[in-house]
Amino acid sequence: MENSKIISIEGLKKTFSTTGGKFTALNGINLEFGKGEFTGVVGPSGSGKTTLLNIIGSLDSPSEGKAIVLGKSIGELNVKQSAMLRRSQLGFIFQSYNLLPVYTVFENVEFPLLLLNMNDGQRKKMVLDSLEWLGLTDKIKSMPSQLSGGECQRVAIARAMVKKPEIVLADEPTANLDAANSHHILKSMVQLNKEFNTTFIFATHDDKVIGYLHRKISLVDGKVAKDEITNN
Amino acid sequence: MIRFLLKGILRDKQRSLLPVIIVSIGTMLTVLLVCWLNGFLGDSIEMNARFATGHIKIMTAAYQKNIDQVPNDLALSGVDSLMMKLRKEFPDMKWGERIHFGGLIDVPDNKGETRSQGPAIGFGIDMLSGDKSEIERFNLEKSIFRGKLPSHKGEILMSEDFSKKLKINPGDTVTLIGSTMNGSMALYNYTVSGTIVFGAEAMDHGSVIVDMADVRAALDMDNAAGEIVGYLPDIYYNEENANKVVARFQEIFPLSGGEFSPVIMTLRQQNSLGNMIDMIKSVGSLMVFVFVLSMSLVLWNAGLLGGLRRYSEFGIRLAIGEDYSHIYKTMIYESVLIGIIGSIIGTVVGLLGSLYLQEHGLDIGSMMKGAAIMMPSVFRAHITTNAFYIGFIPGLFSTVAGTMLSGIGIYKRKTARLFKELEA
Ligand SMILES: Nc1ncnc2c1ncn2[C@@H]1O[C@H](COP(=O)(O)OP(=O)(O)OP(=O)(O)O)[C@@H](O)[C@H]1O
Ligand SMILES: [Mg+2]
Repeated sequence: MENSKIISIEGLKKTFSTTGGKFTALNGINLEFGKGEFTGVVGPSGSGKTTLLNIIGSLDSPSEGKAIVLGKSIGELNVKQSAMLRRSQLGFIFQSYNLLPVYTVFENVEFPLLLLNMNDGQRKKMVLDSLEWLGLTDKIKSMPSQLSGGECQRVAIARAMVKKPEIVLADEPTANLDAANSHHILKSMVQLNKEFNTTFIFATHDDKVIGYLHRKISLVDGKVAKDEITNN
Repeated sequence: MIRFLLKGILRDKQRSLLPVIIVSIGTMLTVLLVCWLNGFLGDSIEMNARFATGHIKIMTAAYQKNIDQVPNDLALSGVDSLMMKLRKEFPDMKWGERIHFGGLIDVPDNKGETRSQGPAIGFGIDMLSGDKSEIERFNLEKSIFRGKLPSHKGEILMSEDFSKKLKINPGDTVTLIGSTMNGSMALYNYTVSGTIVFGAEAMDHGSVIVDMADVRAALDMDNAAGEIVGYLPDIYYNEENANKVVARFQEIFPLSGGEFSPVIMTLRQQNSLGNMIDMIKSVGSLMVFVFVLSMSLVLWNAGLLGGLRRYSEFGIRLAIGEDYSHIYKTMIYESVLIGIIGSIIGTVVGLLGSLYLQEHGLDIGSMMKGAAIMMPSVFRAHITTNAFYIGFIPGLFSTVAGTMLSGIGIYKRKTARLFKELEA
């Protein structure tokens, strides 16, 4: 696996202004991520995991320091450019699935491709492929409300993967799932990581997830406390 | 993409059906109110015009000064030639001679003794000359309650209320006790041919309607008339045209200063109707304004809430890589679509409702008991051009404005914030 750097973070700080004054959520983070990594950011609640993922995902921007993602400096992108980055290169998976409730499974997965103005035939094929990877072929016409939690999360993974992004950011993807479903979706993601060399970055404190990681970055109070390669 | 968004709107009833219904109702109520007010204003004025003031009225200067006392001794004389002149000078106008008079109606029993008696307000109008225009103006044919219209000299109509009070039936004979033009007492016997209900409180009280020739005979007013009323060809009173007639009239009959020289007044100048028109008009526009404003606020709010409840959806769409401006635009298009559909439905339904009210009216006579000013007791709508577009102010503009405002919220919030709300 070639190890070209696709994310590099230098001296990253993130502060939020709150009613009680400034709050520092990330305090001088230095990290690099290579292509095809299967990495988790772990740490106690409030340690800054989500904040870090949001910045990598260009949903938020650094207060200080730099975050370069796929050659783009997150802090310097305008809203259009960051939307463009997300649209073309990034996939998101959330704890609460965040499917669009009025659309079918097929349509939810189709949505990212509509934003990329893909032609009908190609789009349809990609959606069906993606649903097949995740074993959802028989749920194509279902509405999210008719699915189990595990199925919803698999749809969310299909939606994140359908455009074959460079990076998938998964924030507590298993938090709402039981053990069996957690292992199921984690195995799917390991599979996709191998097959497409997609970079996966998790934020989690779930041991089940940690068991699948190749690299574990521990955050404590907005700082990297440990950064280790695990033997999975 | 557009197809995708349309699918979303159609499937989510909270985004389609509900707002369309709300917008339609708001628009419909606005249209109904506007038409109703138009009808009410127009009818009130027209009713006064038909029964009392004309669009313009001619009388002597002295009569005008004492008009409250119905001073028939100050009436216009030589009316025939005056009428001829008027008809020649103003061929588009319709003219009618009128005599108002007060008096007592005395009902004798078969021995000639008074059985009952009551004060009457008399209207002398032309009913028997063969020209039906005054009969139409007073809507007499449709207002007959019992009996029929007078067909001979010596027959009169009486308001149903009054006839009940005096216990008179059609065919009975009554005596009018009044005073002649010269101030001596007038006694005249009439046969009641029928009773009438006008549907206007002020008219239904104690009125008797007598043919012009009969009044003239009774009150010694040969070739005289208290008033000459004139009607413009317009359906409703038209201030501008009325003023033109007045100006022309004053050219032909310059004010001589004499007590008996004819003077002319527009509807607006009589019975403080001007004030009433202005008042109704401003109260009317105020009501429309307040109503349109409150409907606007309601629909604005609906648009706002509709946008707010979709913040999580917008958060997801933003995360997946949709542009802020694209989301904002689709939101606006959606609300324009909803606003247009809702406004069209609301306007059509509102106009149909107004049309029904215009044709059939809504009887509110019982609510108008004892009203002193003459107001129609059947409310009719009148559809004017503004009814076709006014509903779009709340229906389209407010809906879209509310959506625009709620949409600004998605710009103001950091994308990550939208997620915080969404994870919660
Ligand atoms: N928009 C914000 N405004 C103010 N404070 C914030 C904001 N977002 C995060 N924080 C604070 O920053 C800190 C880190 O938050 P973050 O969500 O990154 O933690 P986390 O490690 O993901 O925690 P968890 O495991 O509970 O998800 C927390 O104390 C949080 O309250
Ligand atoms: Mg978190």
